[in-house]
Amino acid sequence: MTPAPALQIRDLRFRWPGQTHDCLHIEALTLHAGQGLLVRGDSGCGKSTLLSLAAGVLLASSGQISMLGQDWRALGASRREQRRADHVGYLFQQFNLLPYLSLIDNVTLPCRLSALRSRRCGGQVRQQAEQLLEALGLGPDLWQRPAAQLSVGQQQRVAAARALVGQPELVIADEPTSALDERRRDEFMQLLLHQCERAGSALLFVTHDHRLSGHFDQVLEMPRRSESGA
Amino acid sequence: MKGLGSLAWRSAWSRRYSLSWVALSIALATFLMLSLEQMRHDVRRHFAQSVSGTDLIVGARTSSTALLLYSVFRIGNATQNIRWSSVQALSADPAVAWVIPISLGDSFRGYPVVATSEALFQHWRYGDQQGLELAQGSPFRDVFDAVVGAEVAQRLGLQVGQPLTLSHGSGDFQASDHDDKPFTTTGILARTGTPVDRSVHISLQGMEALHVDWVAGMPARKGLSADQARAMDLQPKSVTAVLVGLKSRAAVFSMQRSIAAFQAEPLMAILPGVALDELWQNLATGEQALELMVWVVAIVSLLGLVAAISAGLEQRRHELAVLRSLGAGPARVFVLLLTEGLIITTTATLAGVVLTVLILLGLGDWTGQHYGITVSLRGPLDSQLAMLAGVVLAGVAASALPGWRAYRLSSVDGLQPRQ
Repeated sequence: MTPAPALQIRDLRFRWPGQTHDCLHIEALTLHAGQGLLVRGDSGCGKSTLLSLAAGVLLASSGQISMLGQDWRALGASRREQRRADHVGYLFQQFNLLPYLSLIDNVTLPCRLSALRSRRCGGQVRQQAEQLLEALGLGPDLWQRPAAQLSVGQQQRVAAARALVGQPELVIADEPTSALDERRRDEFMQLLLHQCERAGSALLFVTHDHRLSGHFDQVLEMPRRSESGA
Repeated sequence: MKGLGSLAWRSAWSRRYSLSWVALSIALATFLMLSLEQMRHDVRRHFAQSVSGTDLIVGARTSSTALLLYSVFRIGNATQNIRWSSVQALSADPAVAWVIPISLGDSFRGYPVVATSEALFQHWRYGDQQGLELAQGSPFRDVFDAVVGAEVAQRLGLQVGQPLTLSHGSGDFQASDHDDKPFTTTGILARTGTPVDRSVHISLQGMEALHVDWVAGMPARKGLSADQARAMDLQPKSVTAVLVGLKSRAAVFSMQRSIAAFQAEPLMAILPGVALDELWQNLATGEQALELMVWVVAIVSLLGLVAAISAGLEQRRHELAVLRSLGAGPARVFVLLLTEGLIITTTATLAGVVLTVLILLGLGDWTGQHYGITVSLRGPLDSQLAMLAGVVLAGVAASALPGWRAYRLSSVDGLQPRQ
């Protein structure tokens, strides 16, 4: 039996309460471990909604979206919460580092919140965090610095390390490159993809940027929505 | 798995500036509440300890409050006196250890004059069984010697050896001055914080000598000189009240009854403690106002605390959202906030206690000097402990407020936190 895909979608529909049209409809999609999927679309096409559905924050109105073979809709709120902490690494557009924590502490934070991710580091959370930071080009001289003192590019790589620590099966990245210039963007993409590959994590990457398509196994082009509003 | 303890600490440290203001306001509120309550308590204690060690106060029949007021607080006048023979009979009673007869009625520049015997210096007690002590000089020996209370000496700048002219009654009429028989200050008492500080003490013989040539409240036309008076029989004929110490406190009620049944003249005896309590009940309005103040201060302080913590909530919204988005469940975030609240409130409350102790220690002497109220530090009162508990509880409740908000903070909010 092959392992369940990191993310699987079947006839997924979502509409906000009170709306008459679905704001999102995806027929079918499968993302396996170690693969990358780029979701491209313009602002307001429902990209962020898709990410929230994938992370189990929002629940599908109809159809199925399951992570590691488990439909999000079948779980209660606190189970979803725990499952998300254990299996999903989330890379935010605004990075969302805690400014008062050092780099290392920001990176190890998910392992404090998930016993599973901590175990996957083999009891060496700190070492893994250091390896990730090193691999992402952040040397030991920076590790004890508070996150607030870093440049944007550095913060981004810390956020990536945080999403990757403890080898989550699914890494979700929400426009993490929008603040970077071209050269840094490509460099960052290389690093991110390489690390996901090493960790065996599936990468669900959302962007409005056409130029990133070349980096991914699959590309999902989100249609522009006809109705107004976002 | 490592807990979130160090995370909580570093988060708090990063907000140390605003948190220290919160802590300061809690500490000050604690200080205000504790010290007001202490003051309220000490005023009452001060009042209750203006006489101690006296088992009974004996006087002519009147209300017990009136007897207490004039015999202890020098307020008001006795309508009737006690015959000297009754005083002698009392002191001869086998159950009686000592008597302090006191005779009132004269004044010195507005301060009451108390004629009494040397027994005052031996047996009179106040506070925690403290006796009178002379700051300077000696007790009265001569007929025209006077020992003044600390406040009288201080206010009027009296020194040992200085002459005093006493006045009859309250001293309103110059014509009733006893200027023919001046007294000499022989001693100044140490401060007691009781009405003694405001009294001028002379011997019963001195009081008798002042009035030996008086008829019906007026000086006789042909007055006697001091030396002539001194040569006369100065045995007092009556006194205003007698403070009685018994050999055994157990005899106090039987003694009280036997005094009430005294054959030679109608007398009454009161227990100072009981009478003080009765009097305090009548004076309780002031105390109630102070108590109300304590509560108002408490409520205002606690509201301020809630306001300060709530104001900090917006600051933490982003941080809490990030934690939620990384998988910290609402319960953990709630515990995180509650722990922080508990630690800050407890620390600040303790600081408030320390501040109270330090200030009361520093102030204790000063209030003692100026108001005769010594502020005590004999461990917390029950009411103060209740207040401390109230502050900590309110602090924790106030910090639970953002916790409750965090609980309601949806995960959607968590995934797209606003910077």
